Amino acid sequence: MNMSYKEYGQLVKKMSPGSPIYKTFPLAFLIGGTICSVGEALRLWLSSMNMSKEECGIWVSVILIFITAVLTGFGVFHKIAKFGGAGTFVPITGFANAVVSPALEFQTEGFILGVSSKMFIIAGPVIVYGTIAAMASGIICYIINCLGGNI
Amino acid sequence: MKNRRGVICFKNPPSILGYAAVAGDMEANGPLKGKFDKVFQGDMDGEKSFEKAESKMQLFAAKQALKKAGLSPDEIDIAFAGDLLNQCIGTNYGLRELNIPFAGIYGACSTMAESASERQFRFPLEYGGQRPLTAQWTATAAGAVVLGKQNEGKVNVKAACVGEIIDYQIKDMNNMGAAMAPAAVNTITKFFKSTKTQAEDYDMILTGDLGQVGSAILSQIMDKEGYPLKGKHSDCGLLLFDRQRQDVHSGGSGCGCSAAVLCADVLKRLETGKLKRVLFIATGALMSPTANQQGESIPGVAHLIFLEGNIGHGNCD
Repeated sequence: MNMSYKEYGQLVKKMSPGSPIYKTFPLAFLIGGTICSVGEALRLWLSSMNMSKEECGIWVSVILIFITAVLTGFGVFHKIAKFGGAGTFVPITGFANAVVSPALEFQTEGFILGVSSKMFIIAGPVIVYGTIAAMASGIICYIINCLGGNI
Repeated sequence: MKNRRGVICFKNPPSILGYAAVAGDMEANGPLKGKFDKVFQGDMDGEKSFEKAESKMQLFAAKQALKKAGLSPDEIDIAFAGDLLNQCIGTNYGLRELNIPFAGIYGACSTMAESASERQFRFPLEYGGQRPLTAQWTATAAGAVVLGKQNEGKVNVKAACVGEIIDYQIKDMNNMGAAMAPAAVNTITKFFKSTKTQAEDYDMILTGDLGQVGSAILSQIMDKEGYPLKGKHSDCGLLLFDRQRQDVHSGGSGCGCSAAVLCADVLKRLETGKLKRVLFIATGALMSPTANQQGESIPGVAHLIFLEGNIGHGNCD
């Protein structure tokens, strides 16, 4: 084959179809928007029951996680996600699905070596770097407040 | 038997005595509907794990191929088989009850033996994510072939070409077709040069499984190399699924894919004389998730066999 690696790489790039963004973008907007609207409707409903802002936030997250877990268990969620893409992945639903799906998959290896240890194979980095980012922003806030700021 | 840099022409070509193909329900609803010996239901066919289901498929394919050949396991001298699970457990557990002398092989999708979406290569089934369009779908399928002496069966294996490991520095796990295409080019051109033949001398040049992207790359490069495939080329990944109707993106893959297409369809057409001379090129992307995460590229390998129906004549050299 008379071709350098670079030339081959260029040929592959030319021959490989890209994501159909004319379809994926609107779908992500639509489905992601629907999930967020459901969250907002839940928040309004909960706050009508005299819940504080913090409590409402927590309950909305819990309910969305619960719904995702159930839909994942019944094998429905990945069908929605196929169309939703980032729309289902970015909200908390994506995180919940990323934890529940390996837990289901690795049941065959038992509860210790399967379910519990494989549960975070996809979501692990989110938890680790999410915690680090939260700590970093906490330290920055603390320093700013020490310097007389107010955040 | 002559061996020139991997191209082997058999003086007494072995013939195919029996063969069997097994597939999952998605595969069985594709273009090859009704041609499989057995269809396994759901993801695991009632077994407790994917691995157990894989062993069950392999055992069924082996037993069925033996039955069709009219042989019992103790009449078999040696079995070559493999899969893509660690330690080839699909094969080991599948064949343990047959007591046949066994040599395990690994060649990714080039194994032409059997596979069912191995978990180490994919996300969990219920994981919601979108797969890029270049990605291929790992087929749930298995195939088995029983070989015997020349002309005992209706199809002879006239020649073979053992492929080299070819690496064109593709690192995208979702574009295996592109990783394997250079290996297919290498093996096919080497075989053409060595046997002084070209695409016109064959009825079908069947690769398994480059998918749509890899196939397009293959035919473009073969044109450039001066060995155009001239419409003789088909790909198992494209034959097993209907890409318009079934959501498999660039086509099927996995070592069960080419095995099932060969055993469910192509061998039958060779037996009945609809096809006479077929080059079957099983391609494998030798992808290791660990090596890939460490930044290694994905090497490819392609092995070729030249199948000829009994009605055909002539030596390959």
